[in-house]
Amino acid sequence: MRALREALAGFRRTPLLCALSIGAIGLSLVILGLFGLVAHNIGGAIGDVERRVEVVGYLLDDAASEQVRAARRELEALPAVESVRYVSKDEALERARRDLVEFSNVYGELLVNPLPASFHLRLREGFRTPEAVSETASLLAAYPFIEEARFGDEWVERLFALRSAATGIALALGGGFALVAMLLIVTTVRMAILARGEEIEIMQIVGAREGYIQRPFLLEGAVTGLVGGLLALGVTRLAFVVFPARFAAIESLAWLPHLWTAAGVATAAALGLLAAAFSVHREVGRAYGPS
Amino acid sequence: MISLRNVSKAYPRSGDALREVSFRLGKGEFAFLTGPSGAGKSTVLELIHFQTRPTDGEVRVSRYHSKRIRRRDIPALRRRVGFVFQDFKLLERLTAAENVAFALEVIGTPRREIAGRVQRLLSQVGLAARARSRPSELSGGERQRVAVARALATEPRILLADEPTGNLDPDAAGGVFELFRMLNRLGTAVLMATHDADFVRRHAEIRRLELEDGRLVRDSAA
Repeated sequence: MRALREALAGFRRTPLLCALSIGAIGLSLVILGLFGLVAHNIGGAIGDVERRVEVVGYLLDDAASEQVRAARRELEALPAVESVRYVSKDEALERARRDLVEFSNVYGELLVNPLPASFHLRLREGFRTPEAVSETASLLAAYPFIEEARFGDEWVERLFALRSAATGIALALGGGFALVAMLLIVTTVRMAILARGEEIEIMQIVGAREGYIQRPFLLEGAVTGLVGGLLALGVTRLAFVVFPARFAAIESLAWLPHLWTAAGVATAAALGLLAAAFSVHREVGRAYGPS
Repeated sequence: MISLRNVSKAYPRSGDALREVSFRLGKGEFAFLTGPSGAGKSTVLELIHFQTRPTDGEVRVSRYHSKRIRRRDIPALRRRVGFVFQDFKLLERLTAAENVAFALEVIGTPRREIAGRVQRLLSQVGLAARARSRPSELSGGERQRVAVARALATEPRILLADEPTGNLDPDAAGGVFELFRMLNRLGTAVLMATHDADFVRRHAEIRRLELEDGRLVRDSAA
């Protein structure tokens, strides 16, 4: 209780510096929050895409039906494969006529069906990464009667790369700002300590325990971080509400998981505490340590 | 109670402050620590208060030993060793009573006991009537008495005083000194640093430890 009272007195003593610290830690976490939001949503999109990922193998027209049946059994037994669907030449043509209405005339006049039969492989969860998809496609392509195996490799990989880039940028920028924020908190707490230098000296002389002296300053740092974290959460939430409404292209964004937001705010408080501990150790700890 | 054995202290910038100083101060003893400015008097007091550690040799205060003391034991040691300064080190925004209460509060005295103990401590130093005065409203001698009352808040067995009469006129200095003697008669060991040679000469019955250029050059008890 005393520590909290003293910590709040610290805020009143240097309001501008405290506001700067809170602002800086808030800004660093807003950046992390916004990039986190992007990374989270890209992650969600990747998940959707992954669920729809299919590896398609096109068969040569002269593939023997016995070979095809055997291959299907083998493919179904693969651990990565959830299901195997065989689309015959006739089914392929039927589907083309149905799906590609603008070419219905062309398909209607054909004497020979040019479309190949194909295997459509759906993959189990955990085997939908670009690497696993590519490996399954290679296995499929290895059959001599398979002319070509395809999957949406390019855009799956691009989404993965985008997510990695967003995470990297968020960590670099957020980390930079977090460092600035920590330096500001170090300075704020140091000034608070210097402002109470006389009191601290007397406390040390009469035999106050180290923790008794340090607690208010540590609390001040943690509260600065916590308020900065909550500020960042509020601003990120505001951006989340405002931006999709402004840009029609962004249809539906998902808000960050509770664990992420809680971890973000806790991290802010921890950074504040760490910065304060650094200052306190330097300025107060000397009177107790060997010199 | 206090023992310094071959204690040397060197500071990185200013060099040697003490060189191989040895002496003992027993329970309930009174001694002057004399010498010109820069002789090392304050360094001796800081070592006994564990504000600093010796570069060489060892300092023992009660059961605490400079080579073995743990960081967390230092507050307990300082509660046994009161410290009074030349410049009083009182908090200007607090009254005399609040200055004493501050010390009691930071060592964890129960709130309900503080007011009574403050009153007793101020009475002990003869300042009960000035309890509500701020330091700026008190004379030098009165301020030093408040500082002594604060030092006594932890019921120390030893009282260290660093030039406690340095800022006082002779009458006030005499009054503070008599206060130290009274505390000493009650069983508190007192080590008082002073560079006032006349003052020390007037009290020749008291043990004198004389420092010069960081060395102990005379111990009247030896």
